[in-house]
Amino acid sequence: MMDKFRNTQFYKSIFRGGGVPKSRRQRMMVVLNSVFLHLHPVRLPKHAVKLKFTWCMGGLSFFIFLVLTISGILLMFYYRPTIEYAYTDIIDLAEQVPFGIMREIHRWGAHAMVITVWLHMFRVFMTGSYKPPREFNWVVGVLLLFLTLLLSFTGYLLPWDQLAIWAITVGSNMARATPFLGHEGPGAALLAIGDINFVTMGSDVRFALIGGRFMGEAALLRFYVLHCVGLPFIIMIFMAIHFWRIRKDGGISTPV
Amino acid sequence: MESFKHLIDTISNPTILFTATFLIFFFIFPINDWFDKWNRRLKLYGLWSKKSMLIVTFIMVAFYIVGLSDPDFRLIMLKPDNVPISGLIYLVYFFTWLSMHQAYENDARIERGEPLDEQYDAPNDKVLVWPDLVYIEFISLILCSAFLLIWSISLPAPIEEPANPTESPNPAKAPWYFLGLQEMLVYFDPWMAGVVLPMLIIVGLMAIPYLDNERSGSGYYSFKNRKLSIGLFMFGWLVLWNMLIIVGTILRGPNWNFFGPFEYWDIHKLEALTNINFSEFVYIKWLNTGLPDNIILREIWGLLVLLGYFLILPPLLAKTALKKLFARLGSFRYSIFIVLILIALTLPMKMYLRWIFNLKYIVSIPEYFFNF
Repeated sequence: MMDKFRNTQFYKSIFRGGGVPKSRRQRMMVVLNSVFLHLHPVRLPKHAVKLKFTWCMGGLSFFIFLVLTISGILLMFYYRPTIEYAYTDIIDLAEQVPFGIMREIHRWGAHAMVITVWLHMFRVFMTGSYKPPREFNWVVGVLLLFLTLLLSFTGYLLPWDQLAIWAITVGSNMARATPFLGHEGPGAALLAIGDINFVTMGSDVRFALIGGRFMGEAALLRFYVLHCVGLPFIIMIFMAIHFWRIRKDGGISTPV
Repeated sequence: MESFKHLIDTISNPTILFTATFLIFFFIFPINDWFDKWNRRLKLYGLWSKKSMLIVTFIMVAFYIVGLSDPDFRLIMLKPDNVPISGLIYLVYFFTWLSMHQAYENDARIERGEPLDEQYDAPNDKVLVWPDLVYIEFISLILCSAFLLIWSISLPAPIEEPANPTESPNPAKAPWYFLGLQEMLVYFDPWMAGVVLPMLIIVGLMAIPYLDNERSGSGYYSFKNRKLSIGLFMFGWLVLWNMLIIVGTILRGPNWNFFGPFEYWDIHKLEALTNINFSEFVYIKWLNTGLPDNIILREIWGLLVLLGYFLILPPLLAKTALKKLFARLGSFRYSIFIVLILIALTLPMKMYLRWIFNLKYIVSIPEYFFNF
């Protein structure tokens, strides 16, 4: 039955080659012919498939990113980023939805991704895989780590409860002290003509981040847009570069 | 039991915790031959054996389970957003062990002249992605999904009272992965702890491949030939990164005072604030005059200390203790390397200046928001 189905025009049009890949040639073609699988090379050095070596942390980071994207899209259906609705929408997600664990998956997934990304960096360091020719990909990786933290940070505000706004208040208050760009930062007082300061509470980098002098509606909207559109867009570009460069730099690192 | 808890509370005080860590750290991760000699003499490499791993794991799990019987410990560890920290602590330990275990194994193999675990004869020794890699990926995906699902079902995501900008909680904490930065606020002004140091962490991490220009040692776990780079990285990663986060999350309570893991978070715990600036040391304590009105005159001593630290110390080290390193890196790489290291070292230094002398800032110009 299954074999018959595999021989239909329909099946063959989707999976070129057809049949269960048994020969070495067929197994190579599976990878080459699939848009998803061909992120991989066709063949790998033996240690590249050993958990002891890779810890699987890079792959899991990517997988959790996908989980977060999907659960995030589902959450966006119900969540409205306004002071009026944000908190109640979050409550409803748990109370009104049968088996409502989508927010849990999103939140714990986010924590898990921070940890897997850290451990991935740790593994890459310990195997010396940042050494030539992979220096630049390490740099991209550090950017991805930074973006992961920013994504998690922007998402932290969205439930709009006490935990959220005070955590973000603590975080964004530090921006006040940015040298030259924050109104309480060193050097900011020097950017003035006579008595007119250019860097004030209403024009510094914290104001730009939270869209106002205080944590409010504008901050929620900004963090929402950054969390759902802005940062995912940027992180996806760097992820593409990261994966591309793994292949271009010779695949997984091997002893020379 | 109570005395055991009291002992844990006492030794987790940052002064004792960090002092102990700083003292033993480089014997466990020796950065040069001298430390390595002592590491061998004290048999500290035994930490990376399988037996040690099982013992440490047992102790950690037992401590956690026994600890949970204490209401204060339970309160801080089972706070939903702190749960990942428990996982992080064990995972960081386990993977540190795993990498060091393999590193020492590989070092021993190289010494005996045997091929490495990761060595292969290209291209005969390669495996196919389908099925050898794909099925591993598939299984990890399923396990990871199952893990996330179980976690999500068993632990509801935290939700507190609706946001109220007029009522600030005490302590107000950032998300846990930023608590290392918040912990640095104790010792640094916000412009350093919140802006400059995080940027330098990112820049410093990015600079690693360009500073560690030793080409060998890529693609397999090893330690012997990478002692300096691994030792320094471990210090940054384990102590200045993870340990600060753990201290900031678990051991800091109301008013950012220190509380042991078994201690009740007493909001009225008082801690004397007697910190004074370097200028006050010079003019009031030592010279017995008042602070001068002129800012430059007032802060000149602190500025001189900083100038000496960042401009005179590096060339001095290049000529003496770090002569070999300077020759290997060249002046440009060396300058960047030493400045990053010196800035990182200001953190432990400022900790001790605070604990011993109650020193607040070395240079303090609040008129221009410049405090260091």
